[in-house]
Amino acid sequence: MPLTDADLAAIWLTLKLASVTTLLLLLLGTPIAWWLARTRSWWKGPVGAVVALPLVLPPTVIGFYLLVTMGPNGPVGQFTQSLGLGVLPFTFAGLVVASVFYSLPFVVQPLQNAFEAIGERPLEAAATLRASPLDAFFSVVLPLARPGYLTAGVLGFAHTVGEFGVVLMIGGNIPEQTRVISVQIYDHVEAMDYAQAHWLSGGMLLFAFLVLLALYTLNPTGRRK
Amino acid sequence: MSIRARFRLDRSGFSLDVDLDLPARGVTALFGHSGSGKTTLLRCIAGLERAAGGYLDLSGEVWQDAARFLPTHDRPLGYVFQEASLFPHLSARGNLEYGRKRAKGGIDAAALAHIVALLGIGPLLERRPDQLSGGERQRVAIARALAVKPRLLLMDEPLAALDLARKQEILPYLERLHEELDIPVLYVSHAPDEVARLADHIVVMEAGRVVASGPLTDTLARLDLPIHLGEDAGVVLDAVVTERDARWHLARVVFADASNIGVWVRDGGHAIGHHVRVRILARDVSLALTRHSGTSIQNILPGVVEELADDVHPAQALVRLNMGGAPLVARLTRRSAHDLGLSPGQIVYTQIKAVALIG
Repeated sequence: MPLTDADLAAIWLTLKLASVTTLLLLLLGTPIAWWLARTRSWWKGPVGAVVALPLVLPPTVIGFYLLVTMGPNGPVGQFTQSLGLGVLPFTFAGLVVASVFYSLPFVVQPLQNAFEAIGERPLEAAATLRASPLDAFFSVVLPLARPGYLTAGVLGFAHTVGEFGVVLMIGGNIPEQTRVISVQIYDHVEAMDYAQAHWLSGGMLLFAFLVLLALYTLNPTGRRK
Repeated sequence: MSIRARFRLDRSGFSLDVDLDLPARGVTALFGHSGSGKTTLLRCIAGLERAAGGYLDLSGEVWQDAARFLPTHDRPLGYVFQEASLFPHLSARGNLEYGRKRAKGGIDAAALAHIVALLGIGPLLERRPDQLSGGERQRVAIARALAVKPRLLLMDEPLAALDLARKQEILPYLERLHEELDIPVLYVSHAPDEVARLADHIVVMEAGRVVASGPLTDTLARLDLPIHLGEDAGVVLDAVVTERDARWHLARVVFADASNIGVWVRDGGHAIGHHVRVRILARDVSLALTRHSGTSIQNILPGVVEELADDVHPAQALVRLNMGGAPLVARLTRRSAHDLGLSPGQIVYTQIKAVALIG
């Protein structure tokens, strides 16, 4: 068995983190993307910029600020402590919160593009056919935005699997709690254990390729009529 | 029973200001050039456009006034867009069912089957929109709008996105609808031939204002309107087939509003007694003071000059005539009008070069 128990634990933790994060992102990203796609508000620019921040900021910067805000003296930290939840850094929940923020643009932007591509007309047609706005969202928008959801889900998942800097800043390196694959690889390399690092890195490489292959074959980029 | 619509809307570079009282039966054409506001008016009526301070009621049932604004999905209307706008993820049948199952008191299966047959889309029902031609998509869209059992049908240039052949394919279906529907239809169009074939009433719009509104025959015979119709100025008259000449393949049609005044037209295969519409363009009517013989023109009828008016081009004049009750409009050069000494009350012979049998 080329993978140690620690490796397997890291893989399991990574998949759990990515799944929970992706699910939360799709739920959270849908209203944000819908609002961004349709608003004419002045706030569209600022909100869009904040959502896109993780695309350009070094992960360590994001991790640092999250650490400060969620730490014992930060506003979020104070709040979670007052609820009796303790503080989030160096816990799985903290990792999830950080990952949601870190991967947000990878989910919001494909959804926003999908909603914008649908346009106003199908919603107007649905309204003339007695569908309330909520009804039209579920019966028309969601089915038409399916390719966007597929892209958003896959990118959000894959990007969370690949995160390192944020995890290190906010999660540290606690086995079965915050030690994800990328951290485990780092540990192997630090310990000059290149063979183990190869197994995990190769696995990640294969995973990333398969994910993108699936995305490009299942979701042809040809324009819909 | 009528539709009252009053809307004011200000957009950059465009304003709509209409106050209309429309008949709650038959087809009313909203006619005008692009940019005249007819589509905006239709969207206001549908509630897709929110005109603050607007008023709309359908035979006394208020859909919009100062206090309330019924959202589109609560208005019992059907809407046909210029592009079919079918839902691409649903089959033709799925599109029909979408509105039918949501509408309160929607039509039953038998009525749906009737609409499907009326529009000839039976064989298409299992196909998806991208497997349908433009004309087929539009027929499905019309059926979809009817399947919600609307009390008002709004059609926004349903033929404008189609080529001539597809238009000819759909027009007969629209005429059948016209005969069968007992709900009012508002039909936006900039095509005079569609209006002539389908409309009972016409609202002429320009720059967001209503410049004329009334029954089709009377309104088209108004001399201040050809300005808006240009080369298509002319009258549309209801008529009945009274005689058929098998040898020459001609049929005689008598104008509905006139006592035994009629014209010979190409025999369209209609039985005697059949109601038809004829369209006579102003440019196809010439006038003479005496009855000519030795002319190729078959339709020469006496008429009374009612009104003369200048046409758009300074060389031309328009003359409205009364043919025993039926109106006719002739376009002449002003020199001809002057040389003939035309004046109201005068009896002249109208020489009608072409009569189009429509519907």
